[in-house]
Amino acid sequence: MKKQLLALLLLVSPALALASGGNVHLDKANIDPTNKQSLQRGVRTFVNYCLSCHSAAFQRYNRLARDLDISEDDVIENLMFTGEKIGDHMTVAVSKMDVKNWFGAAPPDLTLVARVRGVDWLYTYLRTFYIDDSRPFGVNNLVFPNVGMPHVLWELQGWQKPVYKTVTDEEGQEHQMVEGVELVKAGSQSPAEYDQTVRDLVNFLAYMAEPVKQERQQLGIKVLLFLAVFFVIAYLLKKEYWKDIH
Amino acid sequence: MGMLISLRDWIDARFPMTKMWEEHLSKYYAPKNFNFWYFFGSLALLVLVIQIVTGIFLTMNYKPDADLAFASVEYIMRDVNWGWLIRYMHSTGASAFFIVVYLHMFRGLLYGSYKGPRELIWIFGMLIYLCLMAEAFFGYLLPWGQMSYWGAQVIISLFGAIPVVGDDLALWIRGDFVISDATLNRFFAFHVIAVPLVLLILVVLHILALHEVGSNNPDGVEIKKNKDENGIPVDGIPFHPYYSVKDIVGVVVFLMVFSIVVFFVPDGGGYFLEKPNFEPADPLKTPEHIAPVWYFTPYYAILRAVTIDIGPLSAKFLGVILMGAAVVILFFLPWLDKSEVKSIRYRGPIYKTMLTLFVLAFFMLGYLGTQPPTGVKTMLAQLGTVIYFAFFLLMPWYTKIDKTKPVPERVTFK
Amino acid sequence: MSGEGVDTSKRRFLTAAATVVGGIGAVYVAVPFVSSMMPSERAKAAGAPVEADISKLEPGQMLRFKWRGKPVWVVKRTDEMLAALPTLNSRLRDPDSEEPQQPEYARNVNRSIKPDILVLVGICTHLGCSPSFVPEAMPQPYDAEWKGGFFCPCHGSRFDLAGRVYTGVPAPLNLEVPPHKYISDTLILIGEDKGAA
Repeated sequence: MKKQLLALLLLVSPALALASGGNVHLDKANIDPTNKQSLQRGVRTFVNYCLSCHSAAFQRYNRLARDLDISEDDVIENLMFTGEKIGDHMTVAVSKMDVKNWFGAAPPDLTLVARVRGVDWLYTYLRTFYIDDSRPFGVNNLVFPNVGMPHVLWELQGWQKPVYKTVTDEEGQEHQMVEGVELVKAGSQSPAEYDQTVRDLVNFLAYMAEPVKQERQQLGIKVLLFLAVFFVIAYLLKKEYWKDIH
Repeated sequence: MGMLISLRDWIDARFPMTKMWEEHLSKYYAPKNFNFWYFFGSLALLVLVIQIVTGIFLTMNYKPDADLAFASVEYIMRDVNWGWLIRYMHSTGASAFFIVVYLHMFRGLLYGSYKGPRELIWIFGMLIYLCLMAEAFFGYLLPWGQMSYWGAQVIISLFGAIPVVGDDLALWIRGDFVISDATLNRFFAFHVIAVPLVLLILVVLHILALHEVGSNNPDGVEIKKNKDENGIPVDGIPFHPYYSVKDIVGVVVFLMVFSIVVFFVPDGGGYFLEKPNFEPADPLKTPEHIAPVWYFTPYYAILRAVTIDIGPLSAKFLGVILMGAAVVILFFLPWLDKSEVKSIRYRGPIYKTMLTLFVLAFFMLGYLGTQPPTGVKTMLAQLGTVIYFAFFLLMPWYTKIDKTKPVPERVTFK
Repeated sequence: MSGEGVDTSKRRFLTAAATVVGGIGAVYVAVPFVSSMMPSERAKAAGAPVEADISKLEPGQMLRFKWRGKPVWVVKRTDEMLAALPTLNSRLRDPDSEEPQQPEYARNVNRSIKPDILVLVGICTHLGCSPSFVPEAMPQPYDAEWKGGFFCPCHGSRFDLAGRVYTGVPAPLNLEVPPHKYISDTLILIGEDKGAA
């Protein structure tokens, strides 16, 4: 009876696994959370390019010193503004009101952005800005249409332009749709170098969204091993007592 | 040793300690043929304890203030020693509670555990289920994320759909014209003390009612009908040590699954901790998809399945009614089921088919509740709703005409 | 039910094993909860060392700073004040600072790193009130031969100008000297002494 129920469920389940909503294809970020060098490069990029407008208000400097194997002195020298203490949070250099006035909307805090958007989205986002003169900052983005952010990393990537394709909609009308991007002006980094820079940055963002992740997984293995041992003892105990029952 | 015995006797002269121990554990005779489906009661109790203990420790650091709540959760995750573990245990425990309780309820459907003289156990259980849903609803606002805020917005606006009193009711629930700090603070009070107290009382009543009558079993045979010369059911075994020892195994297996989630996939694939909730609540920005947490989605799908107005009653209001009816109808199960036979093992093909359809419909409705309501999906939700209600409403008829098998005198035990 | 053929020793062994392993598990589970009540990273950051600028501190005067929510006093003692200290030894409970109320570098006759600069946690070792600074060497109602020090108004405990406690008062110990070090001659870091002598 139970088996029939299960079989029926399994038969129907593929039909239930319908994809939800068609979106832009996302490139795989392929980050390695255990690669400390990558994380160190990533935090440098973050501090140099992102922290001027975006805060990371839940991340403490001393925590990233500890987790990324950077000495506190190095952190103070290279990653911190004057007046901040090593135990402080990574807040923004400029005031939130100023930034809101410049950009129209307050740039969101980025501590948790990797848990909201996912690493693949972030990796694709930072690599698909393209020139669009109709926008206030002259750029648009493949995965975030009409984004309010300028292409902060343009020095490194260079400039891209959109690649269009013609689509015909239900009424027979033809539209130009942005299908992809292509590089038209080189930046200081080659495409492969830039991909790595973004990968490192996204790696850092993923770390920052949940600094305890590595520790949690390692502890999980120990917990499961302990429970496995306990299971054997508990099961033998049960079997022993249930010898009484006929 | 002698001291302990004297202590026990001293207590027993003043408090029914040994009496309770015997009545509910060492001399509570449960059927010996409990199977896999009978683990979930004790597991539900375990999850309740986990939620209370982790909840207490979260309350030590959580701030129920609209300006501070979101940050206080990140404070727990990052600055409080082991705060991340306590938080993940609580969020996983919430989903685990519903999985365990749904399986526990399903056992009732399989073996007719709600049938007389156990109707009151079932009713207490249903009240627990309602409290659990309320507890989860109140609790989900507390992190004050985007999904917290907007999910609460949707649900409270359902109350607003009630004609005549709706708007005032929603205003009273919120304590403000929009969901705000006032709402958050009172939901905190409900979540931390009011509903847990009621839950605890109901759980005690649920177990007392069970012990008064005695447990059902997978064969649906009343073991008290066959007692030996000492008045002990021949198919009964003392709960302690046999089921305490067996339940420990169940607990360990549960903890293994629980730990896999807590330590390796705490966000449950985006279903236990939803992505939009890692963004602080923004009353000016609505997320693309607002869906309730997974354990509410079957009922949400039923709510949205009603797309037509009937006279002055809006589709929204009718949806609310139907959604409420979907939960309330479960209360009536003991009286809808006209079969003489309790356990599915001896029921006829109609019941087995209807139950299978019901389960499939429930899963399908659950999935549809997570999706935006488009044409085909709405039709499927309507189909699922029909099957869901048909299971109950047609039950007095098909359970009477179903061709059952003869029920044995004694339980089947290998 | 039970009875004949029961392997009691096996049962006892398995029950014991399950109890022990279960007990270990229970302790493992309890540790995070208990530990979560220890000071958080935020509390530790707030309890971080504090810089005390004493460039404007005159002889005979005291400056107050706050460290970990507690008052910390910095007193610049005059030569007379320092000279008076050894004469008080017979009237003190712990004149040689044998109780662990100070770091090693403050376990000397002046209870300080620099002879004239005294750094103390301004909390009476009796029940936690904050004593008053009474630096003048003048007779007091509680001591006709007062050579300057601190007087606690709550229960009358008295300390000299090295924070040492007098006999015959409720306070049992000398005032605590916090860990500290000199960043420069006029800047003290209170709460940390890494790398200090």
